[in-house]
Amino acid sequence: MSLSSRHLLGLNGVPKEDIQLILDTATTFREVLERPIKKVPTLQGKTIVNLFYEDSTRTRISFELAQKRLSADTINFSTSTSSVKKGETFKDTVRNIEAMKVDMIVVRHKSAGVPQYLTRISKANIINAGDGLHEHPTQGLLDMYSIRERLGKLEGLKVCIVGDVAHSRVALSNIFGLKTMGAIVSVCGPLTMIPLGIESLGVKIYTNIDEAMQNNDVLNVLRIQLERNAGTRIPSLREYHKYFGITSERIEKQNKEIVILHPGPINRGVEISSEVADGPYQVILDQVTNGVAVRMAVLYLLGTMH
Amino acid sequence: MKIILKQVILLNPDQKLNQKNDLLIEDGVIKKIGGLKEEDFKSSKVFEFDNKYCTPGFFDMHVHLREPGREDEETVETGCNAAAAGGFTGVACMPNTNPDIDSAEVVRFIKEKAKNHLVDVYPVAAATLARKGEALSPMYELFEAGAVAFSDDGVAIKNAGVLRNALEYSKNFGTPIIEHCEDETLADGAMNEGLISTTLGLQGIPNVAEDLIVMRDIMLAEFIDGKVHIAHISSKNSVELVRQAKKRGIKITAEVAPHHFTLTDDSLKSYDTNYKMNPPLRTRADVEALLEGLKDGTIDCIASDHAPHAIEEKEMEFIYAPNGIVGLETEVGLVLSELVHKKHLTISLAVEKLALNPRKILNLPVPQIKEGEIANLTIFDPDLIWTVDISNFKSKSKNSPFDKRLMTGKSIAVINNKKMFFEEKFFLI
Repeated sequence: MSLSSRHLLGLNGVPKEDIQLILDTATTFREVLERPIKKVPTLQGKTIVNLFYEDSTRTRISFELAQKRLSADTINFSTSTSSVKKGETFKDTVRNIEAMKVDMIVVRHKSAGVPQYLTRISKANIINAGDGLHEHPTQGLLDMYSIRERLGKLEGLKVCIVGDVAHSRVALSNIFGLKTMGAIVSVCGPLTMIPLGIESLGVKIYTNIDEAMQNNDVLNVLRIQLERNAGTRIPSLREYHKYFGITSERIEKQNKEIVILHPGPINRGVEISSEVADGPYQVILDQVTNGVAVRMAVLYLLGTMH
Repeated sequence: MKIILKQVILLNPDQKLNQKNDLLIEDGVIKKIGGLKEEDFKSSKVFEFDNKYCTPGFFDMHVHLREPGREDEETVETGCNAAAAGGFTGVACMPNTNPDIDSAEVVRFIKEKAKNHLVDVYPVAAATLARKGEALSPMYELFEAGAVAFSDDGVAIKNAGVLRNALEYSKNFGTPIIEHCEDETLADGAMNEGLISTTLGLQGIPNVAEDLIVMRDIMLAEFIDGKVHIAHISSKNSVELVRQAKKRGIKITAEVAPHHFTLTDDSLKSYDTNYKMNPPLRTRADVEALLEGLKDGTIDCIASDHAPHAIEEKEMEFIYAPNGIVGLETEVGLVLSELVHKKHLTISLAVEKLALNPRKILNLPVPQIKEGEIANLTIFDPDLIWTVDISNFKSKSKNSPFDKRLMTGKSIAVINNKKMFFEEKFFLI
């Protein structure tokens, strides 16, 4: 079995079989992570560059760990300044790195479309680690993995993405991936944070968080990203927390099982209360562990393709 | 020197002229229409233009020539070469140069650069100093130096009070204010806002950013009884606003760019920066409205918004790439392929929108096809099938989304200022 594309640019258009294969492969690697020696020789001799044009801690560490555990050679290139300021164009940077003979590029960038652009200027396998407000496919995959791990399936499950959907790459990857896997996806948040046309993707919009909780099995709670100007779309964090924050009172009121995901880093007391973030319903740290396994699966499947 | 255009279809809607005939031009002046004798043929260079159309020279009232300031992207000369190759004998160039065209010196500099060219260049001057939207530019002086209109193109005149003054002040000399209609507070994006921008994860520019300024400008044009020309109209509601305003007798005109009636935001799916422009490519519904507006006369003319950009600037991460595409050398092909052959416009209406109306909006005389008149002509073949090849562009820049596109219809020659451009070359006639 192998994937149908040699890149992972997003989950939009990725067939069900591919997602299934990645999640199943991740299960194997998840088991490896529990061993005393957490390393396999699968990608020995492969060179992977982590090209991070935007600040990232957990995604970069997660990818790097996944690469090391597969025995690949890893190089990190991180810069938060854009190529515009730096003087060298993005294309030249990539060509220079390419000239050093690399096999795979993991890329994060402020601009949507950069992974697609990379496939036109590089021969390496490209993995999108987050492009602008577009997609973050490995996050979508690890979210699906974590839901499946907790609830045993994806098909027919009701999943609501809560928060600043309009400025989240996690949201789109979740929507595309989950819908492909047969889940029923909705979003909830103030309408300033819901992008135009989302209903055309077959996604229901909730504007009341209690109603969203009532009607869903899973909540994927997004971070309110003040660094992305979220402050202009909500009056205050206090008001956001009051009307959309996930609190234990709200969960208890529902009187039912509900799984809470969060891609991190969490803003305690804003989109999620501390009690919930540390409580029995959340799978937040499982997501982090699963992230390494899922990324190992993606790297392995792409790195061993012919 | 004498030349004969043999058996061309002479077409000028203004003169109600539509006949197939021979045209004799001597020293750049139309000498004879029909009735040519054998000695005329013997003493002239004869062009076998059988069944090609010969019309008043086309005029593009919205181009960026980049000089002064960005001569690496385009110069007055290369821009004029591109215009001639594209079928134009005249252009109006926008003031967002460096320095801006906000002083008589810059107007004169550009006129001087264009002096000996086949293509006539008419600068559009900045309406406000440095296009900042604050203090009026020296409009009278600019007008006297040769500016034919005023615009802060690139942006709308930000402040309604300033626009009012610009409209009132320029009424003295009858020039229009050309408005790039965009409310910046709503336009913080990289493409049209809608389903596609949502799926591509790009911030959107909604139609309403354009509509609001079109509405504001219509109201002010009515109040002042001034002339407003809407540049590169792209949104459905804006077309309707202009249509209603015209019915009320307000002095408002509008242009559309070929990319806006040809492409939709669907093209952005490749993240190819050659589809990044402002106004952005809109939806199918907007394209339909633009076609309807062209048909019923709401949209007066077609202009390219020719915007040359250096390769290294356009080959950039999407959100950092500049807006705009070169358009002079694909414009006529798109008008004929997309409008004429698809039955949205007759050839005659297309000629009105390419040659007559832009000049009327700018108070310039429309060339006549009459004995004794200066020959200012475009000769085109509406049925010539050709493929766009950006490497053949005369423009210094190659940022076009239409490379390799098959087109039906092309300009084959232009004549003006005692010069002719034909088969890739300029020569004196």
